[in-house]
Amino acid sequence: MNVGVLALQGDVREHVAALRELGVDAKLVKLPKDLKDVQGLIIPGGESTTIGKLMVIFDLLEPIRHRIQAGTMAAWGTCAGMILLSKNVNDHDQPLLNVMDSRIQRNSFGSQIDSFEADIPIQCIDGEPFPAVFIRAPTVESVGPHVEVLARLPADGRIVAIQQDTMFATAFHPEIVSDRRLHQHFLTLCNEVSA
Amino acid sequence: MEKGTWLVKSGMAQMLKGGVIMDVVTPEQARIAEDAGAVAVMALERVPADIRAHGGVARMSDPELVTQIKNSVSIPVMAKCRIGHFVEAQVLEALGIDYVDESEVLTPADEAHHIDKNAFTIPFVCGARDLGEALRRIGEGAAMIRTKGEAGTGNVVEAVRHIRTVNGTIRRLQNMRHEELMAQAKELGAPFALVEEVAERGALPVVNFSAGGIATPADAALMMQLGCDGNFVGSGIFKSEDPAIRAAAIVKATTHFQDPHIVAEVSRGLGEPMSGLDVRSMPREELLAPRGW
Repeated sequence: MNVGVLALQGDVREHVAALRELGVDAKLVKLPKDLKDVQGLIIPGGESTTIGKLMVIFDLLEPIRHRIQAGTMAAWGTCAGMILLSKNVNDHDQPLLNVMDSRIQRNSFGSQIDSFEADIPIQCIDGEPFPAVFIRAPTVESVGPHVEVLARLPADGRIVAIQQDTMFATAFHPEIVSDRRLHQHFLTLCNEVSA
Repeated sequence: MEKGTWLVKSGMAQMLKGGVIMDVVTPEQARIAEDAGAVAVMALERVPADIRAHGGVARMSDPELVTQIKNSVSIPVMAKCRIGHFVEAQVLEALGIDYVDESEVLTPADEAHHIDKNAFTIPFVCGARDLGEALRRIGEGAAMIRTKGEAGTGNVVEAVRHIRTVNGTIRRLQNMRHEELMAQAKELGAPFALVEEVAERGALPVVNFSAGGIATPADAALMMQLGCDGNFVGSGIFKSEDPAIRAAAIVKATTHFQDPHIVAEVSRGLGEPMSGLDVRSMPREELLAPRGW
């Protein structure tokens, strides 16, 4: 299977390693030509303003948006990636892919000293709650009618995982823990695109 | 919900990879850095080149300035405390910034001991010239390492020396038999468990950025090709002729460090870089990198 990881900035290497554990050789996406034949794209954790600007500068924003909207490429955003997939972000003017019907609150928990780990139940996976790591994390303030809420923070009910068709977004970082269930879930979405 | 865990601290540094962290001394500079695509800013009263020129004791920045800079951007904000000055670190943690740099650029407050960084919720980045120094800092709780280089010189030679030393030693460890690692740990002055871990992984257990002398897009790409995870740029941006354009160019070169055509393109017409210093002709007491142990 052909899965890409957007490699402009952020924790690209961790996603690539996670996919390799599942038998998938990920392709680094740095320029528009790298999107060819890719049936799923992971937008990693990092700084959403930096990744967004670089997507504009290197002409990736439109091609990625087009492929997602055409339904020919699944997408998963983790943390910064969740912000970039959304249609709206509170209080910030920054480049967005504008594809998921969601409104995001950036740095929802405050600065780095308020970053945390928590085990949370997620609807798309079986078994134990998922070990989620939230780092200067965003949350989803509201979603449109076609977006499914997959996880809320047990402590206060804030939305931290959503899905819309083959678009998937998590406020936390499954790539830096050893649990591979969410990467497996994303590969299932990639297969739906190619089918 | 557990805060300040190792995963949360070291994970924060993972998110900065492939990015550029820029020294800024005013909220305006911080916004220029953010607009240029910086992944974080380092809030300072003076960039290292001016600290050199100013002389005297260099301390933590005024909390008022740090707070103003924090309020002016949405990207993470770091600030420096003196080596061993754990109260400056406590103050920076209380200000709610995102990362503390226990830095040789400021005048050391303790010539024997670094800060016990495991005792803090806020993560720390520390400088290192070699693998032993990097592992001592990690042993104390540093969740991110940077090469020291020689700050405020605009001369990349020391940063190159330090990353080659760190990565060369890691490659040698990988080829050693297990019983040879203890003697190596003794020689490096590094915790044995960390030496074992590095030999096994073939990499530091935390993110390693370059710092100290990066002044051009080609410098930034050089450090990335030598194996750094990202770049700190201090005086190199705001001591140059056109900081906004140079900052954006260094960001692009850091992303596309393996593509010489892009590095060439972004290097065009940037104006004058900061004027540099020849590290070899500097008196030893003016060097910053030997501070700390």
